Amino acid sequence: MSEVILKVEHISKQYRLGLVGTGTLSHDLKRWFYKLRGKEDPYLKIGDTNDRSKAAKSDYVWAIKDINFEVKRGEVLGIIGKNGAGKSTLLKILSRVTSPTTGQIKTKGRIASLLEVGTGFHPELTGKENIYLNGAILGMTKAEIKAKEQEIVEFSGCQRYIDTPVKRYSSGMRVRLAFAVAAFLEPDILVVDEVLAVGDAEFQKKAIGKMQDISKGEGRTVLFVSHNMAAVKSLCTRAIVLEHGNIAFSGSVEKSIDFYLLSNTNTAVKNLSLIEDRKGTGIVRFQSFYCENDQGNCIEEVSSGEDVFLCFRVEAIDINEQNSKIDIGFSFHSQLDERVTVLYSSYQNKFFTVNENGTYIIRCRLNNIRFSTGFYNIKARITYNNIEADFPKGYIGGLDVIKGDYYKTGNLGYDDNTKLLINGDWSIVDYKE
Amino acid sequence: MSNKEDEWLYTISAKRKLIDFNFKEIWRYRDLLFLFVKRDIVTLYKQTILGPLWYLIQPLFTSVIFTLIFNNLGQIKTGSVPPFLFNLAGITAWNYFRDCLNNTSSTFTKNQNIFGKVYFPRVILPMSITISNLLKFGIQLLIFIGFFVYYYTTGYELSINSNIILFPVYVVIMAMLGLGLGMIFSSLTTKYRDITVLLTFAVQLLMYVSAVPYPMSEAKAKFPPLVAKIVEYNPLTQIMEGFRYMLLDIGEFNLVRFLYTLGISLFIFLIGLVIFNRTEKSFIDTV
Repeated sequence: MSEVILKVEHISKQYRLGLVGTGTLSHDLKRWFYKLRGKEDPYLKIGDTNDRSKAAKSDYVWAIKDINFEVKRGEVLGIIGKNGAGKSTLLKILSRVTSPTTGQIKTKGRIASLLEVGTGFHPELTGKENIYLNGAILGMTKAEIKAKEQEIVEFSGCQRYIDTPVKRYSSGMRVRLAFAVAAFLEPDILVVDEVLAVGDAEFQKKAIGKMQDISKGEGRTVLFVSHNMAAVKSLCTRAIVLEHGNIAFSGSVEKSIDFYLLSNTNTAVKNLSLIEDRKGTGIVRFQSFYCENDQGNCIEEVSSGEDVFLCFRVEAIDINEQNSKIDIGFSFHSQLDERVTVLYSSYQNKFFTVNENGTYIIRCRLNNIRFSTGFYNIKARITYNNIEADFPKGYIGGLDVIKGDYYKTGNLGYDDNTKLLINGDWSIVDYKE
Repeated sequence: MSNKEDEWLYTISAKRKLIDFNFKEIWRYRDLLFLFVKRDIVTLYKQTILGPLWYLIQPLFTSVIFTLIFNNLGQIKTGSVPPFLFNLAGITAWNYFRDCLNNTSSTFTKNQNIFGKVYFPRVILPMSITISNLLKFGIQLLIFIGFFVYYYTTGYELSINSNIILFPVYVVIMAMLGLGLGMIFSSLTTKYRDITVLLTFAVQLLMYVSAVPYPMSEAKAKFPPLVAKIVEYNPLTQIMEGFRYMLLDIGEFNLVRFLYTLGISLFIFLIGLVIFNRTEKSFIDTV
C-alpha cells in the first residue's frame, strides 16, 4: 500500500509587503488592465526570495517558491524549518485557507487541519455545544460527533464543566477541549501545526500519544509541522526541510533533522557590518561574531562547565599610527536584560596592537562556563587608543547554556533557578572553645 | 494502477473558474449551517435584560416616528389602512432585508480569525445569517399580526389578499437580495474598508427610495419624474408594495413587475455568489 495520496506540484505563493494603501489600488488596476489585454500578471515576474533577515528590494516576496513533494498513504511527513521559512504558508495552502499563486495540489483524501486549536469556540456556548460547533467547523457531521461525544469529553478531562459556558473555562481547559475535538476527527490527511506547544506536561504527553495512535495505529496520513525535534523524531517517518521558501532537504527524519540543525549552525555567525545603530569613530569595527568549541567548530550552545571561545572578527579601516592600543570588551545579559558580567581585555592588562589595515579575529577563551541554564545575550565594545571605536547598540549575538557537569562530578543536581554556579572546597574541623 | 493514479478527489490550484460552485460540498457541511444558525439564535441576547423584547421595541418606535413625520406632518395618505399599521408592515419587511445585508456584509472581516485557520465552504456563514435572521423577522411579523387583529376588532376595514400564497416567495426574494448584496459588499471590504462606512450610510438612504414610509402611488404623484422612476424600478419598492398588497390589500399587483423583481434578485444573488466565491480563496492575504 504505497499509493500516493497527496501530490504537490510547483506550488508558489507570493505576498505583497507593507501596507494596503493607495499603491495597492494602482497595482490592482494595473493587474486588471494587463488581464483585460490577455497578458500575464506583471507582478508575478518579480519578487524576492523569502529571507526574513534581509531588507526587501521589491514590494513582493515569494513566501514559498516551487515546492514539489509527494506523500504516500499512511506516511507521517514532518515539515521543519526556521521561523518564516514558509511552513505555515504551505500548510495554509494545503488546508485551503488561502490559494496558491501558481501550481497545484492534487489529493485523494479529505484534508483537515489542526492549525491552532480553539478557533471557532463561542464563549457563550457550553462546552458540549462547542464540541458540536467546532466539530462541524472541522468538517464532521452531527452524527459523527454524536457517536464520539463521550470519548471527546473523556479525552479532554473536562467532564465537570461540560455544561458550563466556555467563557468560564481556563485557557488550558479550552485547549484541552479543542484538541480533544480535533483528535477525534477522521480525515484521510491530517495537517498539524505546533499544537503541542500548549497545555500542561500531562496533556502534552497525552496529545503526543494520541498523535502516535493516529499515525501508527490507525494508519492515517499526517503532515506535521513543529519546532520540537523530539516530537518530530518520534512521530514522523520522513521529513522535508524548508529554507527561505524552498525545499532545502528531503529524506529520512534523522537526516532531515541533522541537516536542519547543521544549517542552523551556519547562522550562528552573525554579520555585524550591517548594523546601523552603533557609536564610535569606526576606525576598528566589528564585522561578525560567533562562538567556537575546542575543536574549532561553530557552536550555538554550550554546557555549563565547558570551555568556549568567543570570536570577534574586526576590521581595522583607518590605522594611522604604530603601537596602537586596542581594547575589546563584552558583556553577558540575561533574558531580562540584566547585565550578568562584563570583561574587557584591559582588565587583564591585555591590549592588542595592529599596524596595518585589515581583518583580524580576536578570540577569548572562557574556561569552565559558570552560567546556569539559560540563554545569554552578548554586547561588545571596542576602543582604539582609549577612544571608543565601535559600540553596536543591540546584542551582537548570544550563547545558549544548557545543563552540564559543572562540578566535574557527574552530578547535574543543581537548581535551574540559579544564575551562577560556584565551586567550593569543603572541610570540617572540630569546634573547640 | 496507472488508471487509479489519476483519480484525484480534488485539486487545489491557482486557476479560478468564473463559476465554480461545489454544491455537493455545501451539502456535506449542512450540519454546520444549522449549528451556526443555532449559535446565532442562542447567543444573540445572552446577558441582556430585555432579551428578545428588543425585537419589538425597534420596529414599534420606528413606526410611531414614521407615522408622526410622514403621515401627520407630511400628509401621506394610506387609504383605509391606519398609517401606523402601514408603516409597521413596511418596516417589518425592510428590517429583514436590512439585517441580512448588514450582517452578511461583514462576513469576511468579522470572521477572519476562523477563516484564517480552517477551511469550510465560506458561503455557509452568510447563509446561516440569512436563516437566523428569519427568527427576528418572524417575531416582528407576529407583532404586526397582533396590531392587525387589534385594528380589525376596533372597526377598521382590513383584509388580506389572496396573494398571501406568495408570501414565502417574497421572503426568498428579500433573502436573496440581502444576501447577494451582502456578499458583494463583504468581498469588497476585505481590501478596502471604505466600503463599510459607505454601506451604513447607503442603506439608510436606500430605505427612502424603496417606498418604505410611503406608497408608490404617492411617489408617482408627488416626486419629480426622475426620482419617481428610480423608486419605481427599485426592486425593493416592488417588494415593499407587494408585501403591503398581500398583507393589507392596498396598492396593486403587477405580474410583470413581480417577475422583474424576482429576476433582479436572482441576478444579484448569483453575482454575489460569484464574487464571494472568488474572494474567499485569497481574501486572507489582503484582509
